[in-house]
Order: sequence, then C-alpha cells, then structure tokens
Amino acid sequence: MSTIHVTIIDREGISHVLEAPTDMNMNVMELCKSAELPVEGTCGGMAMCASCHCYVEEEAPGTLPEKSDDEEDMLDEAFHVEDNSRLGCQLQLKDDMEGLVIRLAPVG
Amino acid sequence: MIQTDILIIGAGPCGLFTVFEAGLLKLKCHLIDALPQAGGQCAEIYPKKPIFDIPAYPEILAGDLVDRLMEQAAPFKPGFTLGERAESIVKDDEGQFILTTNRGTKHRAPIIAIAGGLGCFEPRKPPVERLSEYEDHGVEYIIKDPEFYRGKKVVISGGGDSALDWTNFLADGVASEVTLVHRREGFRGHPDSVQKVLDLAAAGRIRLLTNGEVVGVQGEGHLDALTVKHKTEGEIQLATDHWIPLFGLSPKLGPIADWNLNITKNAIEVDTLDYSTNVEGIYAIGDINTYPGKLKLILCGFHEATLMVQSAFKRIYPDKNLVLKYTTVNGVNGF
Repeated sequence: MSTIHVTIIDREGISHVLEAPTDMNMNVMELCKSAELPVEGTCGGMAMCASCHCYVEEEAPGTLPEKSDDEEDMLDEAFHVEDNSRLGCQLQLKDDMEGLVIRLAPVG
Repeated sequence: MIQTDILIIGAGPCGLFTVFEAGLLKLKCHLIDALPQAGGQCAEIYPKKPIFDIPAYPEILAGDLVDRLMEQAAPFKPGFTLGERAESIVKDDEGQFILTTNRGTKHRAPIIAIAGGLGCFEPRKPPVERLSEYEDHGVEYIIKDPEFYRGKKVVISGGGDSALDWTNFLADGVASEVTLVHRREGFRGHPDSVQKVLDLAAAGRIRLLTNGEVVGVQGEGHLDALTVKHKTEGEIQLATDHWIPLFGLSPKLGPIADWNLNITKNAIEVDTLDYSTNVEGIYAIGDINTYPGKLKLILCGFHEATLMVQSAFKRIYPDKNLVLKYTTVNGVNGF
C-alpha cells in the first residue's frame, strides 16, 4: 500500500500532516473526513455542494487536475472563493501529490 | 387539521419507502417536505446522476429512483405537504403529536418519522456583514412574486440558471433597472439564457458586472446601496432597491434541532432496535440519524424504514399481534 503525506490546515490554523493512501480511490474531502476534520462533504463528492471548499496553499510536484466545468460552476455558488480555490472532493489523491498543502475554506 | 398514522418529515427516498412499508401494515402516511417536490436530494441535487448500489438495479438515475418509489407508494395514497418546513411539535391530550409548518399547516399523528436527510434546503447566504438586517428589507433570496419588483432597481447575484433567468425576466419591462453581478467571466446555465443576458447587456438594457462580488450592504432601515468588489476596478457603489443573491440551496438541520432530540454532529441519535429517538413516538431514519456503524446509504435507509414501521405499529396498536406477511403471497392491497 502506497501512501503520501498531505498537510491540512484547519479553520483554526492548525496543521495536520495526514498519511494518505493513494490506492484507495480517495480524494481530499474523504481524507479530511476520515481524519475527523470538520469537512461536511454534504453531496458525497459530486461537486454539488461546495462544503469541501479549500485552498491549495502549496502544490505538490505533480500538477493537480484541471477544474472541471462542474467544479467551476459549483465554486460560483461558494463564498470566499480565491484563485487557489478547489473542491476537495475533486482532488483525487495520487502518488505525485506528496507534500500537498491544503487549507480549509471558511464554512458558508 | 391533517390526521394520519405516521407523519413523515422528508419526502426523499427513505420517506417514500416508509409509505410502502407502513401501507403493508395498514398504516397511513403523510409527508412534509420543505422542497416543492418529492424526492429529496435525489430530485433536487442530482436527478440525472446514476446510482449503482440499489439492489437489483445495476444503474438507475436518481430521478428515476424517485419516480419508482412514488409509484410503489401510490397504492397507499400518501398525503403531501410540500414547500413547507416542519416547524414545531406539541403533544395533545390524547398523546398525539400536533405538527405545525412554517406556513401554519397543522398535522396530527401518533407517530413522527424524521426522514429529513441532510435537513431542509435553504438558500445559501453570502457572508456579507449586516446582511440579516436587510432580509425582507430589500434583500430576498427567493423571488416569490416578480410583480414585487415592478419599477424597482434590482441587483441580482449569481451565475447559474436562476440568476440568468430572473435577470432576463425582470429586465423585460418589470424592474426599472437590472444589474447582474457575477464572480467570473463565464456563466454556466443554459446557453440560450446566457446569450440573452449578454445581448441585453450589449443593448444597454441591463448592467452586467462580471469579475465582481457584493461585499457590503447599506441603507437606513431599507437597502439603498451595495458595495461591489471588482477584480480590476476596485470597489463600486451601486444604488438599488433590492438585492437578490441566488447562490443555490444548502441543507440545514433547521427547527428539528429544537425538538429536544439527542443530536450529535448534525445527526439524530437513535436506538438501532427500531430507530427510535429519545423522544417517545419520534423515530429518525436515513441520512439524518446516527448510531455506531451508521452508513449514509439509501439502501440502509430502506432497511431502517422497514424496521421502524413495525415498531410504530406496536406503539399505535399495543394489543394487536403483528405477523410478517410476504408481498409475494398477499400482493399489495392499497387503500
């Protein structure tokens, strides 16, 4: 089983370095939930609720997947959107994401 | 007053299947849902998405699943109170619950089954300071009657179909001025509606402010201006009578949170014996409940509904014996 390390900065500013498996078809939203970080993931990962809205603070060496139209559309309805905004559920964990740093967006 | 045996809060898949299972036991059901149609999330959020984990359906669209559940429930003639939110409950002298909605519709039943999924869908409110002071004083999240905006200056925010459609509608001789504010250049939504908005803007009939978002509200007692933060032009002041932010819906637990139920992490604690809550006569099934090992799956909600109605029957008819009857043997005998 291969794992990478992903840092999640929660809404209080506390960093959590998480070991993330890359062979379980998991995304950043699910990773946060499995670590009991306060991410709702209301729609279950369909890019339809923006409750997993986060910011990519530091990109891993590998590039992240481009935003799909669905993700872009959903970010339209989200608040506190910045240039580095993403939906955690659309960031599938891959081997080349070692070192990724994600900050959770405010609830809203 | 609407009288029934089981009052179901939430007309999603779990609530709809409850009607069927209760019907087999000759119990009548009435469903209440804040959304204007039955089907819950399946109908509201993802009707065109396929579901792959419903037994015997290798693939079924969420909307089709709802249609089939409605068909399955139909012989038992469920009642519906749609577009209203379950607000408060009290017990009457005979131990029955009286449930009142936000519109004042009263329902009476010995049993309440909360199948509320994620909660009530409510408009998503932008994080603008002092916004709540202007709600119903110039800020509306839902357009109830477009005539309300006749001759008024209106600002709409959002980039989806509802923002586009209402911009087009209100610009067509209803409002005196319409401004559409959107966070980015591109619009999603139906290409025809997008084109119409762009045409109206080109013709000078609406003001289109892309790359901007409303960050401030002003006015004495009633909204009279908005501050828009624009990516390149900085802050822009917009004089307006109304602001209609259309950012979709998001679920909130809502008034249920005040019903003295034990709640952990936005979910209602239940006993897995029969999915009863800590309040006698109130059950919680589907995504809204929690217990050790809980999985938020439609499949599990169906199971919970089935066991729950057995317990509800015994509560309503403590002296009657209940024998499980198979539909294959007895058929489905509706009301």
